[in-house]
Amino acid sequence: MGQQGPLLSIDHISKEFYGNVVLNDVSFELKAGEILGLVGENGAGKTTLMHILFGMPVIADTGGFKGRICIDGQEVSFSSPFDALDAGIGMVHQEFSLIPGFTTTENIVLNRESMKPSILNDVFGDRMSILDRQDMKKRAEAAIEKLGVKLDPDMLVSEMPVGHKQFTEIAREITRSKTRILVLDEPTAVLAESEAEVLLKALRKLASLGIAIIFISHRLHEVTEVADRVVVLRDGIAIKDTPVAGVSVRDIASWMVGRSVATERVSEGEAREFGPEILSVEHLWVDMPGETVRDVSFSVRKGEILGFGGLAGQGKLGIPNGIMGLFQAGGVVRLHGKDVPLNEPRTALEIGMAFVSEDRRGVGLLLDESLKWNIAFTAMQIQGKYLKTILGGLFRIRDEAEMRKLTEEYIAMLDVKCTSPSQKAKELSGGNQQKICLAKAFAVKPDLLFVSEPTRGIDVGAKKLVLDTIHRYNRDYGTTIVMVSSELEELRSICDRIAIVDEGKIAGILPPTAELPEFGLLMSGLGANGSQEDLSA
Amino acid sequence: MSGTKSLGRFLTEYAVVIIFLLITVAAIPSSGLSIQYIVQEMITRLGRNTFLVLALLLPIYAGMGLNFGMTLGAMSGQIGLILAINFNIGGVEGLAFAALLGTAVFMGWICGVVLNKAKGREMVTGYMLAFFINGIYQLIVLYMMGFVFPIRSSAILLSRGYGIRNTLNLEIVRQSLDNFLMLRLGEYTVPVATFLVIAVLCVFVVWFKKTKLGQDMRAVGHDMSVADSAGVPVDRTRIIAIIISTVLASYGQIIFLQNMGNMATYNAHDQTSFFAVAAILVGGASVKKATIPNVLIGVILLHVLFVVTPRAGQNLFGSAMIGEYFRQFIGYGVIAFSLVLYAWRARKDAAWSREGLRGSSSGAVPAAAAAGGEGSAK
Ligand SMILES: Nc1ncnc2c1ncn2[C@@H]1O[C@H](COP(=O)(O)OP(=O)(O)OP(=O)(O)O)[C@@H](O)[C@H]1O
Ligand SMILES: [Mg+2]
Repeated sequence: MGQQGPLLSIDHISKEFYGNVVLNDVSFELKAGEILGLVGENGAGKTTLMHILFGMPVIADTGGFKGRICIDGQEVSFSSPFDALDAGIGMVHQEFSLIPGFTTTENIVLNRESMKPSILNDVFGDRMSILDRQDMKKRAEAAIEKLGVKLDPDMLVSEMPVGHKQFTEIAREITRSKTRILVLDEPTAVLAESEAEVLLKALRKLASLGIAIIFISHRLHEVTEVADRVVVLRDGIAIKDTPVAGVSVRDIASWMVGRSVATERVSEGEAREFGPEILSVEHLWVDMPGETVRDVSFSVRKGEILGFGGLAGQGKLGIPNGIMGLFQAGGVVRLHGKDVPLNEPRTALEIGMAFVSEDRRGVGLLLDESLKWNIAFTAMQIQGKYLKTILGGLFRIRDEAEMRKLTEEYIAMLDVKCTSPSQKAKELSGGNQQKICLAKAFAVKPDLLFVSEPTRGIDVGAKKLVLDTIHRYNRDYGTTIVMVSSELEELRSICDRIAIVDEGKIAGILPPTAELPEFGLLMSGLGANGSQEDLSA
Repeated sequence: MSGTKSLGRFLTEYAVVIIFLLITVAAIPSSGLSIQYIVQEMITRLGRNTFLVLALLLPIYAGMGLNFGMTLGAMSGQIGLILAINFNIGGVEGLAFAALLGTAVFMGWICGVVLNKAKGREMVTGYMLAFFINGIYQLIVLYMMGFVFPIRSSAILLSRGYGIRNTLNLEIVRQSLDNFLMLRLGEYTVPVATFLVIAVLCVFVVWFKKTKLGQDMRAVGHDMSVADSAGVPVDRTRIIAIIISTVLASYGQIIFLQNMGNMATYNAHDQTSFFAVAAILVGGASVKKATIPNVLIGVILLHVLFVVTPRAGQNLFGSAMIGEYFRQFIGYGVIAFSLVLYAWRARKDAAWSREGLRGSSSGAVPAAAAAGGEGSAK
């Protein structure tokens, strides 16, 4: 505590990927026990900066970086994440890195288990020591205690809700006795507001124990709530480094984007007419871990935008995943009055439905392929688009020019930050990958589009672009859209009706103009009889 | 209330075991063999085969499936025995010599390295690798022994002067472990020393699972990439699992052969992995999960069947060949059947866990709903 100098200093760091400058002379300092909010638009360079700090191999593989990193005033250089761990830096990545078949305890102390020496140690080394399970549990409990959350140390990770997985991962980072700096890259993106709240509290607790924290988030109110200082990156330049006191969300947003931003309802007061019923769902159940759907019935009319909201873990995400066949499901689903076979993802696509998954890394993109290939892929596979026939119909080859044109169109529309349509998907920032996922679904021009958490991980400025694009598709092509989101505001800004899912069932359906408390009631499971009758439009 | 459900669950969980039990029980009377005879046979065969089957456990823990590469260990054990005979080291010392020769460590290492290059396809790869190494074994034993490597005892050489005879008489080590401490229990004889060796191995396996290395193997078995990012040396751990398995297989083969008393030099190892795998599967193990009881149950069931079917065939169809044929058929059948059943069971399990999803129908509330209040009351 009584330490004078900064714990960590980032000193004039620059990084370019093959000539594309993504960090330009970034410097800032971090003191022990301080929480630093790191914000910036998609592609501003936040993740890249953290990769440099953590010694990730991608950095060295792409030509290294310029500048210095100092810990306690000493310059350090890490050749692998393990060096960074040794130096006391813990990092929680966006994707979980936990073993599902292991318990909380086993995951928290993974590869740092407590051991009692055994007779074979002298001959075969440490790995023949016996595990001290009691002590492992004690350490895990201590870490959980330190976080100030409730976790069962003996629960299998595969049976946990997402939020608990996130906490388990953080607990693992802080059990390292050396950890003094904790980096969290969008830790709240997978969490519901209430869970995020608990996480923020845990972070404050850790900070009070002297751990320095770098916290990255696109939910700016979280940053103003938890951080002591905020650093704003814009196009790789740290344009602002200021204490949070007295700074508003709006200020940060305008620093990030360089102009002022506001979200308002896009389609205010417009009278809407819908076609006949396009999708009807009866007694749907879906076995999606952590997002179980128990019994859901609803119907959607052509041209409508139906929103699904609700707290995390209540099942809203399971609905599109089940209908699209990605998780085991049962019940009756009819598209245009015809039965949709469940559990067959390809059929679901072929009959005119498309899906933008909330899991942008898992099923979303072919990371090693180019952007244009990613965007055109589904349309090509399923509908034979972007293929041209040659030699009198003997062969069909990809129509590169057409694909390129299409991709350029979407890059402009969604403001994707990339070098060219041929860039590989894995080279994009998280948020920009998400935009590509959307473009991919749009390119199919489906009758019915499911979008799940479309703005997760997307910065404040681009959020509006994404919502506008969804809205525009709906208006221009008459595409029916079912949108699932944990952000109520975003549902209210474009949806025609909003269904709130609670405990795997629909608690009620409200118009977007309904008062906020009404939504709150439904979400808390106290909704006034959201009976099945008023569910069909 | 969910009695039928859990019964169904029990049945699929142990389907292979149950089917085997039924066939065996049905075949015993028609074989006309006395229970005493069968029990004595089982004691002998447990001693003879259990060690080999136990050798399969560690690779399963490490997520590498059934180690068909254990044949490499069997061949190492045989080379050890050939040399023990050659140097005329008899008795338990001869077995110890064969066991400590160390070829199995090298073989295990080769197998481990190869399997690391074929992650996710370990079983097929191990099977093919065994074929390949078999070729080398034949080359060494058939041509190089007595030609390149000097062989002292001309009695074990083919008459042409090089290459080992087709059948090797293991007289000097014959049943030396079994007879080391033979106990008479009424009408039964029990090879205590052999069972002690097996018991020591079981204790080792139980103990091993509690070690750091054992935990690392589990972690690697569950998720290689996560284990890797946590700093567990994945490749090394997998190689160690295979080396231990191969070495144990070589010991197993030595125990097996000392009991038999002679050795078919060129094909004693042919079906080692095959019968070991069949036994562990019959015992209710799967590609992903196996325990010591699986091994013991499997060895007993498979061998009771082997003992009674030739007789039952003779008595029922007037031909022992039918029983012999049946034995082969069962071996392959079991492997295929268990693998299919395993896949089916995995699906079925998912279906069962799903049945609890509809909150309304059953009383059980899945964990996911634990946080909520009482919103579901309708
Ligand atoms: N491996 C790579 N090769 C080439 N370019 C890359 C690579 N990784 C990242 N980039 C580029 O670096 C820039 C910064 O990406 P980074 O992931 O740091 O953004 P970010 O601030 O984390 O954005 P987001 O909020 O979307 O996660 C992006 O323009 C991206 O395209
Ligand atoms: Mg990022």
